[in-house]
Amino acid sequence: MANAKSTEKTTAVVGTSVIRNDVLEKVTGAATYVDDIQFGNKLLYARAVRSPHPHALIKHIDTSKAEKLPGVKAVVTGKDFPERIGLYLKDKTIFATDRVRFLGEPVAAVAAVSEEIAEKACSLVEVKYEPLEGVFDAEYGASEKAPVIHPDLGKYDCVNFIFPKPGTNISNHFKIRKGDVEAAWKQCAHIVEKTFKVPHIQHVPIETHGAVAMMDEKGKVTVWAASQSPFAQRNLIAKALHISHSDLRVIAPLVGGGFGSKAGLTMEAIPVALATKVKGYPVKFILTREEEFYTNFVRQGLTIHVKVGCDKDGNILGLKNVMYWDGGASTEYGTNITRAGGYSSSGPYDIPNVWTDSICVYTNPPIGGAYRGFGMSELHTGIDQAIDELAEVAGFDRVEFLKKNAISEGDIVVTGMTMHATGIQQCIDNVAKAIEFSKKEEPSSPDRLRGKGIAIMWKAPAMPPNAGSSAWVELSEDGKATVGLGGQEIGQGTFTVMAQIAAETLGVKYEDVRIAGPVDTQYSPYEWQTVASRLTWSMGNAVRLAALDARKQILDVVAEAWNETPEDLDIVNGMVVSYKSEQETPLANLVIYGLPKPNDEGWMGGPIVGRGSFMPKYVTNLDAETGQGARAVVHYTVGCEGLDIEIEKNTGRIHVIKAAASFDVGKAINPALVKAQVEGGFVQGLSSAMFEEIRLRNGIMTNPSFVDYRIATAADADFKLDTQYVEVPQDDGPWGARGVGEHPMVPTIAALGNAIYDATGVRLQGPPYSAESIYLGMLNAGVVK
Amino acid sequence: MSYSKITLTVNDVVETVDVPHHMTLLQMLREKLSLTGTKNGCSAGECGACTVLMNDEPVNSCMVLAAECDGARIVTVEGLAKSGKLSKLQEAIIKTGGVQCGFCTPGMLISVTALLKRNPNPTEKEIREALVGNLCRCTGYFRIVEAVKEAAHS
Repeated sequence: MANAKSTEKTTAVVGTSVIRNDVLEKVTGAATYVDDIQFGNKLLYARAVRSPHPHALIKHIDTSKAEKLPGVKAVVTGKDFPERIGLYLKDKTIFATDRVRFLGEPVAAVAAVSEEIAEKACSLVEVKYEPLEGVFDAEYGASEKAPVIHPDLGKYDCVNFIFPKPGTNISNHFKIRKGDVEAAWKQCAHIVEKTFKVPHIQHVPIETHGAVAMMDEKGKVTVWAASQSPFAQRNLIAKALHISHSDLRVIAPLVGGGFGSKAGLTMEAIPVALATKVKGYPVKFILTREEEFYTNFVRQGLTIHVKVGCDKDGNILGLKNVMYWDGGASTEYGTNITRAGGYSSSGPYDIPNVWTDSICVYTNPPIGGAYRGFGMSELHTGIDQAIDELAEVAGFDRVEFLKKNAISEGDIVVTGMTMHATGIQQCIDNVAKAIEFSKKEEPSSPDRLRGKGIAIMWKAPAMPPNAGSSAWVELSEDGKATVGLGGQEIGQGTFTVMAQIAAETLGVKYEDVRIAGPVDTQYSPYEWQTVASRLTWSMGNAVRLAALDARKQILDVVAEAWNETPEDLDIVNGMVVSYKSEQETPLANLVIYGLPKPNDEGWMGGPIVGRGSFMPKYVTNLDAETGQGARAVVHYTVGCEGLDIEIEKNTGRIHVIKAAASFDVGKAINPALVKAQVEGGFVQGLSSAMFEEIRLRNGIMTNPSFVDYRIATAADADFKLDTQYVEVPQDDGPWGARGVGEHPMVPTIAALGNAIYDATGVRLQGPPYSAESIYLGMLNAGVVK
Repeated sequence: MSYSKITLTVNDVVETVDVPHHMTLLQMLREKLSLTGTKNGCSAGECGACTVLMNDEPVNSCMVLAAECDGARIVTVEGLAKSGKLSKLQEAIIKTGGVQCGFCTPGMLISVTALLKRNPNPTEKEIREALVGNLCRCTGYFRIVEAVKEAAHS
């Protein structure tokens, strides 16, 4: 019989900071990443022949010398793989065919018995090019003067919410026409107009991209990849190679950092292409750090022209944004970043009149792809600094101005959707309090200036309207649960959060839940991609539904066996208990073999497998001319960041005194993991704000190493960061949760830019806010001599 | 290709290995000894993911030739736990939450192990300076630094 103790829920799992379930292997060196998988002596090594030109016609390719080199097993070129691929716009091929469009574009590839031989063979591939004029500025690229980089744009397939303009370099033009901005300007007492430029940056996962591919005798392909998107890769590779999806298997071990770069399909296609020529041989391709910097995805550059105005009472009445996104040589993914930048272009402000042109432009720099924040960091760099100045010219305290104009529940957002419940006011309050924003403080030395900056943000998961998740939960003889899922552990802790959700729902201990990993498209349930901060919400719902399904199966059997109703029963710490009869039995007793029927008349139940599937069904497309529609997105996560800084007058060097970041996460399933995401995202944002830029000279990256492309080190994060979060529940999130993976790096550039302005009176046109640029800015403004 | 036969101690085990002259210590650990805990992030001595202890000093194993390691004592991340018991540092970084994707973690743990050996009570500044050669893109370093403090004081 149950005693009182065993029916008490002694530990709630959701909402607690349980220890990560992937950490023991990570601290002992046992964790397996793609380059750690052992393939034996049959393994071949791939290297790529890459374009030395940012834009050129390919006149001739001769691979004969490379093919003759001993140890070479396969050489492939673009003529073998002409199929166009892409996530939103099919505008690229695995290898360049008739034309190269960026420096480092793959033209051919070699598989050989060693990396050295593969490298040598690549040098023997002869390619004749005819260089073409390049496009290295997005605004110029959008003009009629620019050479056209994709003359066949009109023939490319694309999804129905992307609007390319054939005959130009514009691959998407997203428009917002809400209210009447021209009329609004006439009612404004104050107007600010600014232009900002955000450079290309790189994701810099410490693990570079890598993939291994093998085709068996039946033509079935297996790919092992460092991947945020095993299912999207299955889809894209299957279509490119005309293989059935069911004959393509993607296995995704742990990922050593993604930040968007390992979403979609990029270099993984190269070993697959080679593998089709050497059946039975695994072919491994690992990018060098230099290749990682510019031959795969980077973050698009942005030029943004902002005009924003308010009335004498400080109400923002109008906003006009014209954004030119430097999309690079392919915008198969970038077109949707431009769309996200467009449909979120007001930021989290309630503005009745908005005009936006968000224009995605083909250029000859590296390819822009998904990057943590998906356009929002770049957008907010512009609007939040312009609004900071608007508050100043209108004579308002910054915090008061933000709170007055911040979006609230019931407001009609920029696309016509009604805003859901949001905790943005609390986020602003948390940050303002943590850095004592309203308190003017003296610098620690007369050689320094001190300033504070604050910025708010929002971001919605940017994805197709019907991006789905699925999961299963099964139990084994020991009564413990295993969760099958297709979302990837890329460091954010999603395997831990999913185990918490399953444990809490099912009624077992967190320690008694396993994740079925690595994700393997042959066994794991479908997941669109590990992007968009969507897993806790979307996959979390699927896992919860799967656990509920398993729970129902269990309780139905036990109820029948005990002649009770499921409502009388519960599962607590792995025991099925009855509050009515006070009976109890461990899950281990029934989850595989079922239970005997009363009077020994046979059996009931059987192996328990719960199934869950989740897909948002309410997202609608937007009108192509106005950007208006019923519901553009699933939800917005909002937040605020602030910094208190000092700047050395003699050098322009920034010292962060303290900082704060507060986001409305709906519900923190694991508070420590939420805080860890916010900390890491903040420092990545700060790094992008202070140091990072892919320095391009006519499309050629001049700094592709860690010496010349500096990211934040431990010494740069020497300040206190307050990360108090807010929990205003999301109506369709598990326990009210919504994502926070990307958001912490979104407002950082703007918040720092505002702090620099507060300290120096200098408004720089764009990051990185290097010591040099700040010093020169102060010199030009006469702040220093 | 010319080879050298070298004998060295790796995680308290004596190993004799034939190594090509151009092979790095990192390649030898990963490819010859299957010690894949040590990671390659840049092959240029800049990111610290491949840090191991060589005769008690932290080195970027991608910048050391294996042939130079004859007679050396090497400790990799796989050698930090003794008889299945985690080191104080490993326990501390689990507790503070200083691990996310985990790719920098092996090199980070080795660098900190070396730091704590030469300076058992480092200040926060000393900790941060000791880690500038170990890049981490996930954590913002806060919880790693907390782990070092925790390990130093336990």
